[in-house]
Amino acid sequence: MSRPVDLGFIPLVDAAPLIVADRMGFADEERLKLQLHRARNWSMLRDWLSMGHVDAAQMLSVMPIAGRLGLGGAPVEFEAPMVLSLCGQAVAITPSLAQELRDAGLQIDFADALAARKALQIARPEGVQIAVPFPFSMQAELLHLWLDGAVDLTTRTIPPPQMPDAIGSGEIEAFCVGEPWGSDAVERGAAELLLPGTAIWSAAPEKVLATRRGWIESNPDLGGALMRAVWRACRWLALPESRVTASEMLAREDALGIEPEVIERALSGRLLLSQTGDTVDSPGFLSFHDGTANFPWRSQAAWIGWQLGARMGLDPSASAAEAQAVWRPDLFRRHLAGTAVLPAASAKVEGACPQPVQAGADRGTVELGRNTFFDGRIFDLLPSD
Amino acid sequence: MAETLFTVIVEGDPERAATITEALTGPGLELRVIAPGPGLARRIAALQPELVLIDAASPSRDELEELTLASGPMERPVAIFVDQSDSNMTRAVVESGVAAYVVDGLKPSRLRPVLDAAVARFNMLHKMRAELAQTRAALEERKLVDRAKGIIMRARNLPEDEAYALMRRTAMEKGRKMADIAQAVVTASEMLK
Repeated sequence: MSRPVDLGFIPLVDAAPLIVADRMGFADEERLKLQLHRARNWSMLRDWLSMGHVDAAQMLSVMPIAGRLGLGGAPVEFEAPMVLSLCGQAVAITPSLAQELRDAGLQIDFADALAARKALQIARPEGVQIAVPFPFSMQAELLHLWLDGAVDLTTRTIPPPQMPDAIGSGEIEAFCVGEPWGSDAVERGAAELLLPGTAIWSAAPEKVLATRRGWIESNPDLGGALMRAVWRACRWLALPESRVTASEMLAREDALGIEPEVIERALSGRLLLSQTGDTVDSPGFLSFHDGTANFPWRSQAAWIGWQLGARMGLDPSASAAEAQAVWRPDLFRRHLAGTAVLPAASAKVEGACPQPVQAGADRGTVELGRNTFFDGRIFDLLPSD
Repeated sequence: MAETLFTVIVEGDPERAATITEALTGPGLELRVIAPGPGLARRIAALQPELVLIDAASPSRDELEELTLASGPMERPVAIFVDQSDSNMTRAVVESGVAAYVVDGLKPSRLRPVLDAAVARFNMLHKMRAELAQTRAALEERKLVDRAKGIIMRARNLPEDEAYALMRRTAMEKGRKMADIAQAVVTASEMLK
């Protein structure tokens, strides 16, 4: 008897853990029958989860924290027992803005955020408008971190699949969104890729597995099985030999409905910067599993709470403390013990690892991946436990 | 005046907008329809409505979240959850595909009649849209089958009814839909041209 679980997703490459858990049999192994529901926008997905129309969902890491801080229209509290992916965002700009940046002396290399910011200062002295997928998103936080104090930034909200049309029609001249929508816009000749999210923060938690607060504790068997199935899907996704199959799976009409070749770019980290331009290697562009990618570090939640709180005129330190309650490393430890290697600590200093380092774990050590910000700053927001 | 519920409806399609307003028009209600587009949240905040209705699947939906960043009476708009105790109402709202944003503190009794009418109307609009999509799909299938039939008639020198019977038989034997078989025939013939 397999048990049904309803999951919500938005058509994005980083919905892969949920889609793969279903299609590759990881859910079957846990005797789960996943029922996937594709939402048209993030508000719709949030309402589905609030209402119990779905049990769990792929969610922007900032969304559940915004709710906890009383921002946005969410009436029900969510929590995140697991991180689904790090990074995978791309900043895309119109070919004409790209040309203006070149005229300002920039060589677009899809890596140097400081150089790109300097060129943007020259090309857009009056400020720039950049579209983001949601007001409460890692995309918005990364852009503010990158530009505030240097370039006057206003953001505008557009659901991910609508971004290529919006930039193609001239409605916007820049956006930051998860793949494949940046590459799709490149494919249509509507945009060039300027920077990956990793160039701003190399280890930004992008999507989480979100549930209603207390759902896993009320349904420990189901919740634990779901977490393990999704975790195994993430591990499978990190294998280079999985890329082609994963791209095909995501390409299907009921998933993303876009060419597998365009999807594969994000999975391989080999991205085409413009229709007539070069392909670049962008190591760590999108991580589903490497190092401790799936572990919900309390310091990540604190970082989001701090940044969002400060931007919204709340007390940053109180917001950071509130935000921590949304991340549930305790549930990760409980349900993935014996499956995943568990780090000894649940918080770390964000931005302090220019190179991967080994850290203590329940079995030997675990590798903490590269974790740096574009300007070298570090965030030590929590005492390590 | 205090009893007038000021409602903004976000809808770009004039016909749909007319259908919705027609259903909602009544005493105690002031309606304003605005089109989605740039600066939506700002435009709504400037109007200071007590209730905002929008198609839940609208691409402009997420822009409304910015309402919480604007100051004024919409400082704390709450999505849908009119009255947490009335789960039937909430469910009906979600399933009808209408998203409602209400200003925190608005009395459920004032909201109920408007939402009832909105839910009924959105249900109807969604049904119409689904039917239209179905009709369109059926028409496309029909065209595809006709094309495939023509290809088979020419290739095998068969009369029309036999060409059709052959496709039907193949579909049954393979356990596939007629449209799939027709698509395969059309695709193959294009490749062999």
